[in-house]
Amino acid sequence: MFDDRSPIYRQIADRIEADVLTGALRGDEQVMSTNKYAAFHRINPATVAKAFQQLVDDGVLYKKRGIGMFVSPEAPETLRSRRRKTFFTDVVDPMVAQALAIGVPVADLIDRITHQANGEVR
Amino acid sequence: MTTIIEVDRLSLRYNEVTALDDVSFTLTGGKIYGLLGRNGSGKTSLLSVLAGYRKESGGTVRVGGRPVFDNAEVTSQVCLVRGTGDAASSGIKVADVLTFASYLRESWDSTYAAELVEMFSLPLNKNVGALSHGRRSALGIIIGLASRTPLTMFDESYLGLDAPSRYKFYDALLAEAMSQPRTMIISTHLIEEVSALFEEVLILDEGRLVLHDEAETLRAAGSAVTGDAESVDRFVAGLRVLGEKRLGRTKSAMVYGELDEDRRAEARAAGLDLGPLALQDLFVHLTEPTGDRS
Repeated sequence: MFDDRSPIYRQIADRIEADVLTGALRGDEQVMSTNKYAAFHRINPATVAKAFQQLVDDGVLYKKRGIGMFVSPEAPETLRSRRRKTFFTDVVDPMVAQALAIGVPVADLIDRITHQANGEVR
Repeated sequence: MTTIIEVDRLSLRYNEVTALDDVSFTLTGGKIYGLLGRNGSGKTSLLSVLAGYRKESGGTVRVGGRPVFDNAEVTSQVCLVRGTGDAASSGIKVADVLTFASYLRESWDSTYAAELVEMFSLPLNKNVGALSHGRRSALGIIIGLASRTPLTMFDESYLGLDAPSRYKFYDALLAEAMSQPRTMIISTHLIEEVSALFEEVLILDEGRLVLHDEAETLRAAGSAVTGDAESVDRFVAGLRVLGEKRLGRTKSAMVYGELDEDRRAEARAAGLDLGPLALQDLFVHLTEPTGDRS
């Protein structure tokens, strides 16, 4: 589930963000408490607390004193706009580089993208 | 309850053998600590000194600010559970072992002990000597958890436990750490299975402390740099290289130390592949006897 190859708090944050982006977690929905999350996934509670704190700092979650943590209503938009910023460097640039390396013409690439976006099956 | 542990220049010698050599660290307490090391690295020696079972040959060891050896005030606050429990109790019934344990610790919680006995399906009327390896380990775990001592140490306590029982142990340990925060030290070499439970990690090798850091820091600290041998050599110059592998012109170097965004960009520009290094691999490379350490 979580591995030892990168900090676990980052993996937890990634997973909660993914749930927000797919709509599995909705705005104002309560998330599991730190202790429940730690027990469920067998992770040190301090590690989980660090992940949740980061999500609060990033505006993805907010705290209600004495009740728990909730998803910020604007979290999906916050995350989408953050991902938009890195989309071209993380996704498009490597794809173009690979296409050029194996001899796929840029025109074919553009063609494919246009068809995909229009929902046309080729 | 938090119990600070201060170890300063600790050494432990058995006749000619040096088991611990110039070990220094401070644990602020209230956390789950992982003590990692290969067989014979000094884990049990270190835990024995912290529990007051052995007197240090040099240096100082303080638990809660006070020396440990021959100090009942401190040792009554400490519980060390060794592998499969102490062999001396083999002719005694399980129920009696638990009763004796309760006499030894004023913090003992007998209700909780009974819950754990049920959880691990331990037969109270059996002699300890007649128990399987795994059940003896479970008995030790129950004693460690139910003693609720401010400093509780489990020395390879999972030995002989089957996987479902080990997971019960981890679950109970975490539940305890959350409901009754205290200082717990777990020695192990089953790193992949338990490391997510640790907040801090200490690695011993040949009686020396080679590393002490937050587990999360260590998960980000190792990288495998792979690519053209010359470019790899140029990139890792000045870094702590834990090990190297070579296949033709391709080389892979395991380095220790977090690489910032500038360094990562530099690696990309040089056509090098940067991969993460799992905590387990970091441990293996840090404690390899013939490893390339620079």
